[in-house]
Amino acid sequence: MTTHAENPPHASGKANAALLLGWIIPGAGHMLLGKWVRGALLFAAVVTMFWIGLALQGKVYTPNFGDPLDMLGFAGDLGAGGLYALARLMGWGTAPVQVALADYGTKFIVVSGLLNVIAAVDAYSLANGRKAAA
Amino acid sequence: MMLSHFSAVLIFALCASIVFGITQRTEPRKMALFAGYCFILFLAGTMLASWVMWLIKR
Repeated sequence: MTTHAENPPHASGKANAALLLGWIIPGAGHMLLGKWVRGALLFAAVVTMFWIGLALQGKVYTPNFGDPLDMLGFAGDLGAGGLYALARLMGWGTAPVQVALADYGTKFIVVSGLLNVIAAVDAYSLANGRKAAA
Repeated sequence: MMLSHFSAVLIFALCASIVFGITQRTEPRKMALFAGYCFILFLAGTMLASWVMWLIKR
């Protein structure tokens, strides 16, 4: 990753908008910066993982203060932003996990959230100049 | 939806590799190469772990 040492990164309004938008809608941060193909690929990757997780009857975690793994699962799910909000609103992912494939689905949902956070932070880094735009 | 274990690994590796490629490299060509590298590592790592578990079970 190339950085600009001469121009120290700073958080601009556009960078914050890219971060927030990228978190709410996967890939939207990159699209805001004009990186349409990257944004579309990130959207497809994150939404596909989230959707397959739900289709495998994976669990969508709710806020909790019980088992540490459940708390981490919630933190991971929260990374999916708008997708997580949509799933909670629609009541998706509430069935109990009873088969191995559903456990895979739960992991797909958590990882899609984590990948979405990486994508949103990447959009933020692109917008504030920390990462070189090619 | 029903997926085999291998198809689940394929989908997981593909999606994760796309995100890793785009976010961890700056130029499109390097992004594609890194995504391919990650994809192969995901698959190879999973297969290796599967064989190790099979050997342990025996």
